Amino acid sequence: MRVGESVRRPDGAAKVRGRFEYSSDLHAPDMLWGATVRSPHPYARIKAIDISAARAMPGVHVVLTHKDVTGRNLYGLEIKDQPVLAHDFVRYWGEAVALVAADHPEQARRAAQALKVDYEVLKPITDAEAALAPDAAKLHPNGNITRQVKIRHGDQSARADIVVTGEYEIGMQDQAPLGPESGLAVPEQDGSVELHIATQWLHVDQEQLAAVLGLPPEKVRLTMAGIGGAFGAREDLSMQAHACLLALEAGRPVKMSYSRTESFVGHVHRHPGRLWYEHGADRDGRLVYVKARILLDGGAYASSSTAVIANASCFSCGPYRVPSATIDGIVAYTNNPPCGAMRGFGSVQNCYAHEAQMDKLAAELKMDPVELRMRNALQTGDKLITGQTIDGPVPVAELLKSIAAMPLPASGEGKGGDVDLTKLPGGVSNTTHGEGVKRGVGYAIGFKNIGYSEGFKDYSTAKVRLFTKDGKARVEVHTAAAEVGQGLVTVQAQIAGTELGVNDVVVLDADTNVGSAGSSSASRQTYITGGAVKTASEAVRDRVIAMARAELRAPSGLHIENDNVVTGTGKLVVPLATLLGDEVIEETREFHPRQTFPLDAETGQADAHMQYAFAAHRAVVDVDAELGLLKVVELATAQDVGKAINPQAVEGQIEGGSAQGLGLAVMEEIQLKDGVIRNASFTDYLLPTILDMPPVRMDVLELGDPNSPYGLKGVGEPPTISSGPAIAAAVRAATGRPITRVPIRPHDLTL
Amino acid sequence: MKHKVAVTVNGHKHEHEVEPRLLLVHYLRDVVGLTGTHIGCDTSQCGACTIHVDGKAVKSCTMFAVQADGRSLTTIEGMAKGDELHPIQQAFWDEHGLQCGYCTPGFIMAAAYLLEQNPNPTEDEIRKGLEGNLCRCTGYVNIVKAVQTAAKTMSGTTAGKTQVAAGGN
Ligand code: FES
Ligand code: FES
Repeated sequence: MRVGESVRRPDGAAKVRGRFEYSSDLHAPDMLWGATVRSPHPYARIKAIDISAARAMPGVHVVLTHKDVTGRNLYGLEIKDQPVLAHDFVRYWGEAVALVAADHPEQARRAAQALKVDYEVLKPITDAEAALAPDAAKLHPNGNITRQVKIRHGDQSARADIVVTGEYEIGMQDQAPLGPESGLAVPEQDGSVELHIATQWLHVDQEQLAAVLGLPPEKVRLTMAGIGGAFGAREDLSMQAHACLLALEAGRPVKMSYSRTESFVGHVHRHPGRLWYEHGADRDGRLVYVKARILLDGGAYASSSTAVIANASCFSCGPYRVPSATIDGIVAYTNNPPCGAMRGFGSVQNCYAHEAQMDKLAAELKMDPVELRMRNALQTGDKLITGQTIDGPVPVAELLKSIAAMPLPASGEGKGGDVDLTKLPGGVSNTTHGEGVKRGVGYAIGFKNIGYSEGFKDYSTAKVRLFTKDGKARVEVHTAAAEVGQGLVTVQAQIAGTELGVNDVVVLDADTNVGSAGSSSASRQTYITGGAVKTASEAVRDRVIAMARAELRAPSGLHIENDNVVTGTGKLVVPLATLLGDEVIEETREFHPRQTFPLDAETGQADAHMQYAFAAHRAVVDVDAELGLLKVVELATAQDVGKAINPQAVEGQIEGGSAQGLGLAVMEEIQLKDGVIRNASFTDYLLPTILDMPPVRMDVLELGDPNSPYGLKGVGEPPTISSGPAIAAAVRAATGRPITRVPIRPHDLTL
Repeated sequence: MKHKVAVTVNGHKHEHEVEPRLLLVHYLRDVVGLTGTHIGCDTSQCGACTIHVDGKAVKSCTMFAVQADGRSLTTIEGMAKGDELHPIQQAFWDEHGLQCGYCTPGFIMAAAYLLEQNPNPTEDEIRKGLEGNLCRCTGYVNIVKAVQTAAKTMSGTTAGKTQVAAGGN
């Protein structure tokens, strides 16, 4: 298990056997099942709640409302504005109002249906622009603007010879992790609670839960349960507080498990948005200025909206040299479902806009779109629109060159007599045998920050323990970091194995008995928790070497290799197990990356981000423009990962991330009508299947960032940013239609 | 009113009195206690709940437990022979055909049926054979690879095939 090797996942055996315990598989003797009463209205005043009928239902043990929240009935990642159980108002369709615990899940659900809430229905605000109107109802005490970001960079009165403008719209995407929200809360005699939960960040859950339950943090202990994917959906609390409240009240373990439909209202979504852009360039295609207004719909509560709008604004121009920028980013409260973190985090929305603008500019200048991008490519040492000088490798031109040089798939495949319908738009619906099908090729590149930004304290903690087990050296790594599927368990084992030269490395289950690891988000865990494991392992190694030198009077330059302490030339000094004997060497370390600073409120200028990562995509599509059907034939991508800690896992991240980008481009959208979700199921919310997702060609660059552990860069999010915009560009190329909105609908191709 | 069901699951006989509305997937998870069969959607889209019923791949959320009366069922837990993984399980692990792994049992059961029908599938045939299963993590590329690798291993020996047919008894 060494850094740079394609090592198999240590949790893989249990996962392929069906023995890995997901949060939905948890069970405790004597446990009750919880159910949630949810609002049928997107906006209403709660006049009265009558729990008597629900309480009298068979098997029911506990019914709770806002009156029973034992601590502060408000929580939130950035702004504490969301009630655990609604008290005066409900602000979105599906908001939690009351809870039931019963012997059987069906009894709990029936009791939830029997609970009566008297609502005074109010007119919902379901459009972000309408929320900004001066006479709009105030959804929160401070009004409807959750955050406004202004970026003013360079000459604010810059003019250009060539000007292109555009307006773009992005639909609301769901993370749709395959494992719905679930968890098990177990009350203890001393009034504390033990929560087994699938979450992206144990410690921030713990902190929020302690406040909500009115308990000191040490009385709220969390253990990670198996996670069935996350992608941002497990950043906020869902059923955590609910299960704990029920369990503490019932004095018995309580399990909650959402159905897929409930999952659609149980977590936040990707912000839908509208974006207005103006690009000015000289006649050679060099950008002179970019002006943009970005309006995101944050829904009913803040979640991580304030950070998402910062990203959407900071990366609004794409990875290009932009001498002057005037950017206004606004995220507003509405009565739509709350929006927050999803893979790509603000950079996905703006990439559709800046890349469409670059294509427009290329068309206006009659220039090749890749050439135009290369001409404006950001380089190391350039200033970003936030005034930060970008350091480390900035391979914008290289990535574009790479995807442009990749061979294209054979065209016209499937046409003629012997057609394979699944290769054509429309598939087995047999809508075409190739006639009327047009092929298009499109390019896109995007970038985003890795890790937390704007002065948020980013760190992780790792405890590394070295001891002898059955006559052999063993290392245990303990962190609170969430393995959401991305492969962090493997990475932690590889790093400890590399630094300590030990073959038997075990990664313990994540829990709150060790310090915070921060969230498995912002593509940061390999960097930050990886960094913590590296630092703690180095500290253990230093002690081993010191011990060897002291006890054996060995020379300097010792290191550990293959369970042995060896000299600089690789000669055996002593087997590690012999040296250790009964000794246990344990070190705990925090890893802090370099500091960031908040954006200036008036100009948006600051060294706001820690690391930047880049990916480019080329998409090939076939479009049946008569029927408005399309098929993505191939995705090709290039990404700089700095250093691939586990190449196989890196490829998996790039393929999976590209697929989620494809989903937003062509099929995935939460359909809202007057604030009500109309497609809260996988029957109606479409996810890419194995037939929708084409093979992926890729080029993984390892250019090495001098500031990070092993030179690595975060990997998870960049592929989700540029794959969709490349598809939109390819569809534009095939059809000549503007395609200003995603997901692309049949009538965008035909009418 | 409860009904009696008698089923064989991974070679073991089970008899229970169940409500007629109980779905087979809930029967397996909550009554028999085999939680390797997952629930991803409740509406027959995701395939996470795929098992074999008398040797055929079936989404176990589309059947009632009482409909399985008298049948022989194989779940993911019945695929390995003791410590020896089934070649498809091995291939999913080796080829990184899983990330979170929530979809994996369903994919493995669907792939096992596919390879039984067609031991030597092309990439297109693999994709068509698995279109009823959703994976949110992998982008499917390594799932295809895993099935190709498994097909190779299994055609090298007859063991794989017998295992599938015998349902890992
Ligand atoms: S749970 Fe059966 S198909 Fe999704
Ligand atoms: S590996 Fe997570 S859903 Fe397939």
